[in-house]
Amino acid sequence: MRYLPLTSRDRGEMLATIGVGSIDALFAEVPAAARLDGLVDLPRAMGEIEVERTIAAMAARNLAAGSAPFFVGGGAYRHHVPAAVDHLIQRGEFLTSYTPYQPEVSQGTLQYLYEFQTQIALLTGMDAANASLYDGATACAEAVMMANRVTGRKRAVLSGGLHPHYREVCETYARFVGFALAAQDPAPGEAEDLAPLIDSGTSCVVVQNPDFWGELRDWSSLAQACHDHGALLIVVVTEIVSLGAIRPPGAMGADIVAAEGQSIGNSLNFGGPYLGLFASRDKFVRQMPGRLVGQTVDADGKRGWVLTLSTREQHIRRERATSNVCTNSGLCALAFTIHLALLGEAGLTRLARLNHAAAVALADRLEKLPGVRIANRTFFNEFALRLPCPAAPAVEALAARGVLGGIPVSRLYPDRPELADLLLVAATETVTEADMDRLALGLAEVLS
Amino acid sequence: MNDWSRAASAGSTAGAAASAATFSGNRGLQIEEKLIFEQDSPGHCGVDLPEPAPFDGRLGGLERQGPIGLPGLSEPQVVRHFTRLSQKNCAIDSGLYPLGSCTMKHNPRLNEKLARLPGLADIHPLQPVSTVPGALELIDTLAHWLKTLTGMPAIALSPGAGAHGELCGMMTIRAALEARRDPRRRVLVPESAHGTNPATAAACGYSVDPIPANARGRVDRAALEARLGPDVAALMLTNPNTCGLFEDEIVEIAAAVHRAGAFFYCDGANFNAIVGRVRPSDLGIDCMHLNLHKTFSTPHGGGGPGSGPVALAASLAPYAPLPWLVHGENGLDLVEHRRGEALAAIGRLKGFHGQMGMFVRALAYMMSHGADGLRQVAEDAVLNANYLRVLLEGDLSLSFPGPCMHEVLFDDRFLKDTQITTLDFAKALIDEGYHPMTMYFPLVVHGALLIEPTETESKAALDEFAAVVKALAGAARAGAAARFRAAPLLTPRRRLDETLAARQPLLRWRPVAPRREAAE
Repeated sequence: MRYLPLTSRDRGEMLATIGVGSIDALFAEVPAAARLDGLVDLPRAMGEIEVERTIAAMAARNLAAGSAPFFVGGGAYRHHVPAAVDHLIQRGEFLTSYTPYQPEVSQGTLQYLYEFQTQIALLTGMDAANASLYDGATACAEAVMMANRVTGRKRAVLSGGLHPHYREVCETYARFVGFALAAQDPAPGEAEDLAPLIDSGTSCVVVQNPDFWGELRDWSSLAQACHDHGALLIVVVTEIVSLGAIRPPGAMGADIVAAEGQSIGNSLNFGGPYLGLFASRDKFVRQMPGRLVGQTVDADGKRGWVLTLSTREQHIRRERATSNVCTNSGLCALAFTIHLALLGEAGLTRLARLNHAAAVALADRLEKLPGVRIANRTFFNEFALRLPCPAAPAVEALAARGVLGGIPVSRLYPDRPELADLLLVAATETVTEADMDRLALGLAEVLS
Repeated sequence: MNDWSRAASAGSTAGAAASAATFSGNRGLQIEEKLIFEQDSPGHCGVDLPEPAPFDGRLGGLERQGPIGLPGLSEPQVVRHFTRLSQKNCAIDSGLYPLGSCTMKHNPRLNEKLARLPGLADIHPLQPVSTVPGALELIDTLAHWLKTLTGMPAIALSPGAGAHGELCGMMTIRAALEARRDPRRRVLVPESAHGTNPATAAACGYSVDPIPANARGRVDRAALEARLGPDVAALMLTNPNTCGLFEDEIVEIAAAVHRAGAFFYCDGANFNAIVGRVRPSDLGIDCMHLNLHKTFSTPHGGGGPGSGPVALAASLAPYAPLPWLVHGENGLDLVEHRRGEALAAIGRLKGFHGQMGMFVRALAYMMSHGADGLRQVAEDAVLNANYLRVLLEGDLSLSFPGPCMHEVLFDDRFLKDTQITTLDFAKALIDEGYHPMTMYFPLVVHGALLIEPTETESKAALDEFAAVVKALAGAARAGAAARFRAAPLLTPRRRLDETLAARQPLLRWRPVAPRREAAE
């Protein structure tokens, strides 16, 4: 087996050194009834060629986004990732290193995480960010639990514009961790007045910008309403590229930002691994979940970085930890950091403008189709279309024409017939004029 | 005099060389690298993008006001920056990484290649299910392998890491108890457990009842049985445990747990020791998470992303989180909502469908090894650990005599009266070119040093490592305390002030105020 360096001669010599007659002697403490004498019922070892052939055959059965006009978003976006990003994250010193608990031999990981934390703080307009969480949805649930700790309250209000997966993850955590949620009904394109729902028992209000329907929201007055009642405002961002163009949550008065970072540096990957972003005001950092990197000095007085404030974490605090989270999305965070370093200020703002321009151009085309209406007043690179028919079969019919035309909202809200005619459509810098023509043409055919 | 004190005098020469001033501050191939924010050339960009034609924006007045503050760099600057950073890291690719309980094994590059196939990396989780049959087939195949290896009938794939898998498992247990209207309050956790176990139990609303270890390094069965009762929801046990020992009374323990009406959660972090040789279902386990980034070799990536599927007994399977992958009339299908057969599901634990990129790598790893190779993995992992045990037990202090599983636990008795701590010893190992072993964990012995070589180390590599550790132990006995306490000397940074970092947290770079403003 190509990954196993021991030869049978090595094994014999090592067993002799150990002083046992066979490998079985080293498994003697396994109860006899639980020892498998033979092999489990699975295929035998394969060479690289066979493994590659088998898995490539599975890959070939999927319609890749890059081989079709592609307009799917809903919390995961297809952007162009520069070649240097994937090359650099595959350097073995990044790819095959462990969590940087030994700072003297992990300054590479620690320094890029410090750069990552700074990038996130700048983008979101917040004071501080952690070294990442699993994904946006879990970051959102962790944000609610953090707000509960900060305020000593246990009731959160969730906007109807919150991504339904984020709401559902919050609901799962709420049931088992033990807190209450007041989730509002989805109301695409409509104003939502959450302030009357805040009272002295409210720990936080969770909103999204752009919201799940793509609508842009100014949450400044809601932030004030939250603070008037001692509650926190949590702003979720599922398309982080939007912050190259729109006002960041920090400028609206957010206390915690929970976001999905997949859009920068990372592929679609059928939903994972992704990159949970988490930022807050300075005064709350000791209540943050997850890893934090901090600057310090070494024994010679030179600047360096370490994991810090770890007395919040499970490996020190055990059952009194702020969270049971033990990992971050290190390599996804590295991809993010490199891509954003390449983009810089000029690149990110231009990328955001390109996305918005593409979405505006697409909206202009689709609005002209008979019976089709855009539910949004505003948007960044994604919006909701009202079709004159249910969206799910329309999307299937488009797929049959080789067009990945968006997300039928019914896939996420199957029990809400009033949303069945809604189609969520996204356009990024990767979409061409020809792609837009094919969607418009395909949709026209499907609707006629 | 022993070899290391001569090495130490040579080392002090090396130390002098290392600290010798250079004009640049660099030391040979070790380059002092500024932060990207300190390399800003405004207006520079490492990506060429067209400027869009003028258009009527629809941002509704929510345009960003003022700059973000990101630095501008060209592609060569960025590539050089991150290459230099990478050179400041230890990695499996560059050396033995004996970090106990972390299973730092070789990461095959075939797996990286396959995870990047456009048909797997460039598919969207919400594109029509009809356009991704190969993705569902891959997930189903992975599930089949994991179910066969664990002997369990169901597997929940969505958890994002081991601790997330623990949370998933404990939620299914609580859901099962609630379904039978039998709320229970306590979870038993051995003192040797990973910190995530008690943190998870607490996050799930349970109080944590620690169980001591016995003199043989196993959980004290009598103490455990005495704590069992009608309010105990579950036992969370790691097997093999974090002392590197197989819990030899596990079948009796499982029976006692079940007699008390509780569930048996197993932390599968150490599955590498038994994969292909023991099925957890045969040990009476109801629920166990697997760390794909440990046993199944998806890269640790400097701290993630992980993946923590949870194998479930039939009694817990109805509560598995969404989404479910089911075999329907028209082949495989995704169940994304709580309905039909998934009516009792605990709901969603994560966005979308789980860590697909990790599934591809883990499946490629398992297919490469096959049933025969995976069994060999366990055997070689255990053989390597026992080989190191025998080579080192005369110099370090073995915590529990006799064979170990995939990792071997020492404590700091061998450092008694040397003025050298476990930490000093581990830091000295860094100067010798090795990542330290796990230190001060598990908590059941004093000054723990936990060594896990994994099956992907050769005999020659183990011999070299053992020789270095023995030489260090000799130097410690010979009284070279000052050198140990100063270590490491040869790294990009020496010991870092963690107290300062925690007392005055500096969690991000900030621009230094221009001098004239400061003067005003």
